[in-house]
Order: sequence, then C-alpha cells, then structure tokens
Amino acid sequence: MSELSPGNLSRRKLITTGLAAMAGVAGLGVAARLAQKYGLIPPDHGGIYGLGETLTYASQGLLTRHSLAREFSRSQISKPPFANEIEPPTDEFKRLQAGKFAYWRLSVNGMVVRPASFSIDQLKSYPSHSQITMLQCEEGWSYIAEWIGVPLSQILQAVEVLPQARYVVYFSIEPDTWESIDMADALHPQTLLTYGMNGDELPVGHGGPLRLRVPRQVGYKNVKFLTHITVTDNLKTFGKGLGGASPEFGYAWYAGI
Amino acid sequence: MVDSRHSALVRVTHWVTALCFLALLVSGAEIVTSHPRFYWGETGNDLTPTLFKLHIPASRKLVPTGYGYVLPDQNGWSRYLHFQAAWVVVFTGLLYAIFGFLTGHFRKNLLPGRADLSWRALSTSIVGHLRFQRPGAAEAWSYNVLQRLSYLFVIFVLFPLVIWTGLAMSPAFVSAFPATVNVLGGQQSARTLHFFVSLALVLFLLVHVGMVWFAGFWSLMQAMITGRAATTSAGRTMERT
Repeated sequence: MSELSPGNLSRRKLITTGLAAMAGVAGLGVAARLAQKYGLIPPDHGGIYGLGETLTYASQGLLTRHSLAREFSRSQISKPPFANEIEPPTDEFKRLQAGKFAYWRLSVNGMVVRPASFSIDQLKSYPSHSQITMLQCEEGWSYIAEWIGVPLSQILQAVEVLPQARYVVYFSIEPDTWESIDMADALHPQTLLTYGMNGDELPVGHGGPLRLRVPRQVGYKNVKFLTHITVTDNLKTFGKGLGGASPEFGYAWYAGI
Repeated sequence: MVDSRHSALVRVTHWVTALCFLALLVSGAEIVTSHPRFYWGETGNDLTPTLFKLHIPASRKLVPTGYGYVLPDQNGWSRYLHFQAAWVVVFTGLLYAIFGFLTGHFRKNLLPGRADLSWRALSTSIVGHLRFQRPGAAEAWSYNVLQRLSYLFVIFVLFPLVIWTGLAMSPAFVSAFPATVNVLGGQQSARTLHFFVSLALVLFLLVHVGMVWFAGFWSLMQAMITGRAATTSAGRTMERT
C-alpha cells in the first residue's frame, strides 16, 4: 500500500505537511507584496493568461532594468526602411501637414507640476539624441533605422513628474490610437520622442512629425503621430481600463517579447 | 508491490509538456500566418529578399502572398498563449531535469550502454526499425538505443535550442543578453532557426506517436498514464514483483 494511506499518515507528517503548506502560502503572499512594491505586476495580470504575462513582465523588468536596446552600425540601416500600413489621414492631420506641421502640438499633463505643450521646433531646441535601433513588429518583420529626437525623460523632467506617477499614457492624432508604458520604460534613455529618421525629418509613413520610439518593446508600442501625453498612477481611468488600444484589441499590454 | 514503468514525475511532466507543446504549436503556427516569410541576418520585411516563403495565406494585408484574401488577425491570444505555455514548459522541463539528474533517471533509463553504441548494435537496431519488427518483451521495461538517443536529443538539444531561439527574438531579453542573438547571426536568423527547431520537434512528435501506435498504443498509453507496465504482444503482463 502507498505510504500516504490514512492509516499510515502520522501526526508528524500532518504537522510538517501543514507547516510546509503554510510556508508556501506565506511565501507566495510575500512574493506578491514584493512584486507589487517593485512594480513587477502588469495591468493585465488577471485572467487566464495572467500567469504567463506576470512572469514575463516581472522577469524582464528585473533583467532589463538597466539594459540598453542593441544599437547598430550605420551600414546596417535598412534601405529603404519598410513603412507599415497607416490609416488614411484625418482632415485635421491634412491641415497640419499643409502647414508643414508648424502648428503641431504635443501636450503633456496629468500627474505633473507644470503641464505644458510643445511644438516640434520647441522639442528640437532640446539637445537631440540619435540611436540606430531595430523596429520589430510582433508579426515577425523588422528594419533598422537611425532615429533622432529628444528622450522622453527630458520632457518629463521639464514638466516635473510627481513621485506617485506610475505610467505614461500617450495618444496619436489618429482616433483610438494610444498606448502606455511604465515609468521605468518612460524614463529609459532610449525612449525617444522621435522627429527625425536617417538624417532627415521623420516621414509621415513612419509616424512623422512625431513618434514615440520604445526600442525594447515591439512595434505596436511605438505610436505614430503623437499629440498627447498624460502621466498617471492608474490606467483604469483610460478607455476600457486596459492601458492601450492594442490591449483593447486583445494584445498584451507589455510587449518586450 | 508492482514496479512502475514510469515514475509519477515522468508521467506528469510528460503530459504537461505534451499539452504545452500542442498549445505552442497551434499558437506558433497562427503567429507565422501574420508574416509567412523567413529571412537570414538581422532584419527582414516585405521589401527585402527572403530566405524562403511559406505558400499560405497571411493574416495581414501588406504581405504579398498571391492569395486574394486575408486571414483574421489572431495574434493577441496566440502570443498570450504562446508565452504562457512557454513558461509552463520551461518550469516543467526544469523540474524534470533536476529530478532526472538527482534520481539517476537519465543515467539509468536514457543513457545508452557502451555496448549499444557500437556500429553493429546501432545498425541492428536501425535495420530492425526499418523492417518494422515488433519490439521484444524486454522493451516493455526499457528503451532501445534509438529511443534513448532521440529522447536525449529532444531533451538536451531541441528543447534548449527552441527556448534559446525564442528568447533571442525578444527585444527586451536581448537588450540584457545581446550575445544570445548576436551569435545566431541576428534577430531574423533566430526567428528562422526557431521555425526549423520547431519543425524538428513536430517531426519527433509524429514519429513518436507513430511508434507508440505501432508498438501497442493502448498498453503504452496505460504505462504513461497509470505507470503500470505494458503488456507484451503475447498478452502477458510484464511484472517484476
């Protein structure tokens, strides 16, 4: 007979099993609290895919805290860069385009001390940064380009983000096109408000005049035609509360994989 | 007490892995339909030459497939399921590997004996397989040399490779460990290799299920589910009590 039959189940065994179970539950509780404290729980941690999503977000969050997306040499730049499909431009976009985007504005508000609005020229007045990084789509294709712009962290510094801020939500001029990232990604040195590409202006096909580059995540986090940024501690108050248009379409909120 | 043909841990990890593999295969095949083109090197897209293309319809309009229609976009749940199943299979594999080393499972049950690795023994086994000879009674309790070699290859070569090439596609993972993608020749190379290693695993699955069918499907299923020994073709229960 198996030694686990009730007749053989000794008092000692019961006690050790009970203690082990209690330690396990307590351990999970501590892990959950630590994960919450260090921002390792993604917004989509619930539901049937919550386990895998939380493991991915937490492990990549810990592993990549200080890592930089791979940068490439100028000779590796894709010629020509592949421009994915875009929606037909809205009337508002066409009007701004006719004015050479001189009246394009990026407004920044939410949990900041000094909400502000920036023209492309004002963004260009900050020291420009350039990076030669890969844009890879979750579908499987990719290209390498030089991206020129101002790190999002500099603009967040200028408007002074409140300490309780947890996410940056960003919107396109295209209707229903928006995503969000956590503060670690928002303050990452390669997260770039991009206005130039391959030594020139950022073409409309690639999201010009302004696109957010998040090179450690796949394409859909890199929103084109950026017009608005809100800093928040709660994604539930935006749209359906999932933190972006892609999550509302069934995609994962975190896209580092 | 009757000896178990397969220990409980082997049985549980076997079926969890089988379930995960099915989920990875379905979701992986679905993800491929969004861009059924493969490349070598760092980058690849609709404007660059391919290494090869799959002649299937795509779930994206821009991909030139030659088909007049576009499949629905299913990548949301496919990616969720793919990564969740990958996590479960990684933990299951680690548990199995630790158990296998600690209990001597690999040494006792999977490592072929020195005598079995001679050319003569190997060719006898290969010829036996090619002639579809039914396994002898001894094989109800032990794996033959070709089984041992293929199981070891799947466990220690194909599974680690498929995990590695998968991670080498993750922009966040390679930001922390760039060498994992650089040594493969680039991100598109990693994707292409991931596809081929997956194909090799599918080939293994087909041969594996085929051999189980040939050797006695229900008795081997019983052995892998309940742990009780398979009956031989003569119908005798092999018990070592």
